[in-house]
Amino acid sequence: MRVFNLRRSFYGVRALSDARFDVEQGTITALIGPNGAGKTTAFNCISGVIPPESGSVHFAGTEITGLTPDQINACGVVRTFQIARGFPTLTVLETLLLHGDDQPGERMLTALFSPGQARQREAELLDRAHAVAKRLKLDHVVVNLTDALSGGQKKLLEIGRALMAQPRMILLDEPVAGVNPTLGGEIAERIQQLNEEDGLTFLIVEHDMDVVAQICDPVIVMAEGRTLMQGSFDDIASDARVQDAYLGKRG
Amino acid sequence: MLSWLFSVATFAGIYALLALGINVIWGMGGMINLGMAGFFALGAYASALATTSGGLPIPIGLALAAGLAALAGGLLCRLTLRLRGDYLAIVTLGFSELVRLVAANEIWLTNGSDGISGVPGPWRSELTPFRFNVLSFALVAAAVVVIWALTERLRRAPWGRALRAIRDDDTAAAVAGKPIRRFKIQAFALGAAILGLAGAFYGHYTSYIAPDIFRPLITIYIFLALTAGGTGNTTGAIVGAVAVVLVLEGSRFLEGWTSVLGGVQKAALREVFIGVALIAIMQLRPLGLLPEKSPGPFLKRKSR
Repeated sequence: MRVFNLRRSFYGVRALSDARFDVEQGTITALIGPNGAGKTTAFNCISGVIPPESGSVHFAGTEITGLTPDQINACGVVRTFQIARGFPTLTVLETLLLHGDDQPGERMLTALFSPGQARQREAELLDRAHAVAKRLKLDHVVVNLTDALSGGQKKLLEIGRALMAQPRMILLDEPVAGVNPTLGGEIAERIQQLNEEDGLTFLIVEHDMDVVAQICDPVIVMAEGRTLMQGSFDDIASDARVQDAYLGKRG
Repeated sequence: MLSWLFSVATFAGIYALLALGINVIWGMGGMINLGMAGFFALGAYASALATTSGGLPIPIGLALAAGLAALAGGLLCRLTLRLRGDYLAIVTLGFSELVRLVAANEIWLTNGSDGISGVPGPWRSELTPFRFNVLSFALVAAAVVVIWALTERLRRAPWGRALRAIRDDDTAAAVAGKPIRRFKIQAFALGAAILGLAGAFYGHYTSYIAPDIFRPLITIYIFLALTAGGTGNTTGAIVGAVAVVLVLEGSRFLEGWTSVLGGVQKAALREVFIGVALIAIMQLRPLGLLPEKSPGPFLKRKSR
């Protein structure tokens, strides 16, 4: 994925000014930076939730700038949200099924007059949903309402939702924030496993540096709406500019 | 007496249709529609005009009513796509008053506040009043069954699941790849079509419609019915509608007992009853008599 000169402001405040970075296929790339660096805005622009004012996003050679979220989904790029946004009145299984692609039963007339088609697809998606639930160790809570899940389970379900679309790349917005360290480590392990076994590319916004150091390479640092640098975790941890951005300049 | 019971049952059926329509828009889709009376009126006027001045047969009047209401509903939904909550409530309420005021003032078309009388009913002149009531009830009941089956299937289908997801959080649903605009417009238009159909039934049954019948109060009654029955539950919508009609009509029998009260006070007492009943239901069963239940995967059903 290539992000080039992305720019976006809110009410005159420039949240993103010329952010540019590349994400190589098959990596777990981290996007870090102090609060207000524009990480979430960058995510929103890439995933189509907010259109950028200028700049471009290419994925696997195709331009996806300014497409709607569902079109970007169809290209194989799926995102999760920082605060697990669930559908409180849907069960875990229904949430997973909802994220299955190409369900003809979502067309009103098909649902009414040829439910057979929808049922057939539903059976396929159901297998996929159960497999995803099993991989994420959510298989014992599939009939629960999403509202009844613990914080960590909601985070896992976020990843599960992304997986249901069988994406090539997943954007994770703070996958371990607000989760205890043990569970955070477990979530990180699941991400690593998915990366190794399925070859999924990840772009992760995360503040937990232990997790970033553990699973992410390379790491992209943003500050004040721009890309500051890109490198391995050790490189960026020892870089003076990064320290300045986080801790402020001395003198 | 028996004839009166069938008449009450027919009104209950019309209320049930209204509740089913609102259930699609508000219960399943989460879009508040305080303009219900407007779609009800639109359907009633469309069918009444088509069958009186237009001279068309009643089934075509019904189809026109549903079609016109669906068109208006789809259009209103498209215009208000970005509004939600209070703002959508105000706009839809405005729509309903707009329809009522047009009906009251465009005398060349609607005969103004005098209303349209002599709306034909099926075989009204050939049947005794009792038989006409029985036939009307049967037709309305059949419509309720068909609409129930239709909306219940949609609710269970992936279509209904996606609509519920949009109701819960439309940004997350959009990111999940759901075209929310299409879902919202479809749901609003379908619900509006059902409301329009109910209006047509009303006109053909009572033979007389006037702008005053379509005041916002009826919208409130239907929302009460749906809330009491269970928002989002198709069967609950019917149960709630029947319950509201029973309270409204049943309170007539209190007249013998309450000789102290005057006529106006008795009429007011009905609304008090409805209010108290709703408060009691909300205290005991906050999600309504029949709460919404997740239907689970859309497969051949094993057990209900």
